[in-house]
Amino acid sequence: MVKVTQRLGGLVLRFAAFCAALGAVIAMVTSRERSSFFVLSLVAKYSDLAAFKYFVIANAIVSVYSFLVLFLPKESLLWKFVVVLDLFFLVNGKLTVKMVTMLLTSSLSAAAAVAQVGKRGNANAGWLPICGQVPRFCDQITGALIAGLVALILYVFLLIFSIHSVVDPFLLRKS
Amino acid sequence: MAVSKLVLAATSTKSCKVLLGLRVLAFSATLSAAIVMGLNKETKTFVVGNVGNTPVKATFTAKFQHTPAFVFFVVANAMVSFHNMLMIAVHLFGGEMEFTSFRLLSVAILDMLNVTLISAAANAAAFISEVGKNGNKHARWDKICDRFATYCDHGAGALIAAFAGVVLMLIISAISISRLAQPNKCSSSTAATPSVLP
Repeated sequence: MVKVTQRLGGLVLRFAAFCAALGAVIAMVTSRERSSFFVLSLVAKYSDLAAFKYFVIANAIVSVYSFLVLFLPKESLLWKFVVVLDLFFLVNGKLTVKMVTMLLTSSLSAAAAVAQVGKRGNANAGWLPICGQVPRFCDQITGALIAGLVALILYVFLLIFSIHSVVDPFLLRKS
Repeated sequence: MAVSKLVLAATSTKSCKVLLGLRVLAFSATLSAAIVMGLNKETKTFVVGNVGNTPVKATFTAKFQHTPAFVFFVVANAMVSFHNMLMIAVHLFGGEMEFTSFRLLSVAILDMLNVTLISAAANAAAFISEVGKNGNKHARWDKICDRFATYCDHGAGALIAAFAGVVLMLIISAISISRLAQPNKCSSSTAATPSVLP
């Protein structure tokens, strides 16, 4: 019974993280706005900035990984053997979720840093903020970053959850 | 994979020295990254125009405080190096604690948090530096590295140290998590070892 609820909880978390990461990718990819000031026409796309490209790629990898892991039914049988015997499998499974969490947090941090410069500008470097000219683009980027943050928080929960379901550090289980 | 071999060796008692060595390396890497970026400052005088025949000069300064991503970088690296120093102290002087399983769990969780922190800081600073180095013609942002070359070089050095810290922290975190499953005492204290898994 405990195993079933644990597995169900893990599945729900993973599905929610998959949705959030997919939402972040879609929101950023479809953000495109054309604005013109005087005779110059400026098209703002996400691919202009390397940080946003990295964000899209990282979140796409995360959503594909989450989707694939959702459909691994045999793993629920393997967990019993993993706990007792194989340190290698344990660490391998945990390392993958941790790598994904690191990927998410680094991409979110980079995109947020560059978006902050786009919104406020950098007076000392002579970089003007661009959000005044392309407000809808900025709003969509903000939405994508928020979705990425939600995916990151869900993955942190998933990491702690999966470590707790395999290793019992609080000695809660009596067996 | 070298990482998995390293982690499999975490069950042996030699892993304690390996973990300590890795923590010392990570501490020095993140501390040097924080210090180099914290002292990153360059002042230069440029000729901005001509009034008649005399050139008009203006002095510009490039400091790390101008960019919030670099401020985050310095603060995060300082925090991670402090964490590593704390863990080294606990490792060397904290062998007599009885509640072993909680200590292992807190070390593992703190290591995980610090891995994410330092990777976020290193990445944010890297992408901001890329914009500063290459500029962005779509947003009409000029590059600054051609004018402040020393500032950019020091920043690049700090970034390299921080990324080395990221890799080291990842390995350290993997070893801490693997020690959760099979705890073994590192110090020579005679307290009984409670096993986490019955």
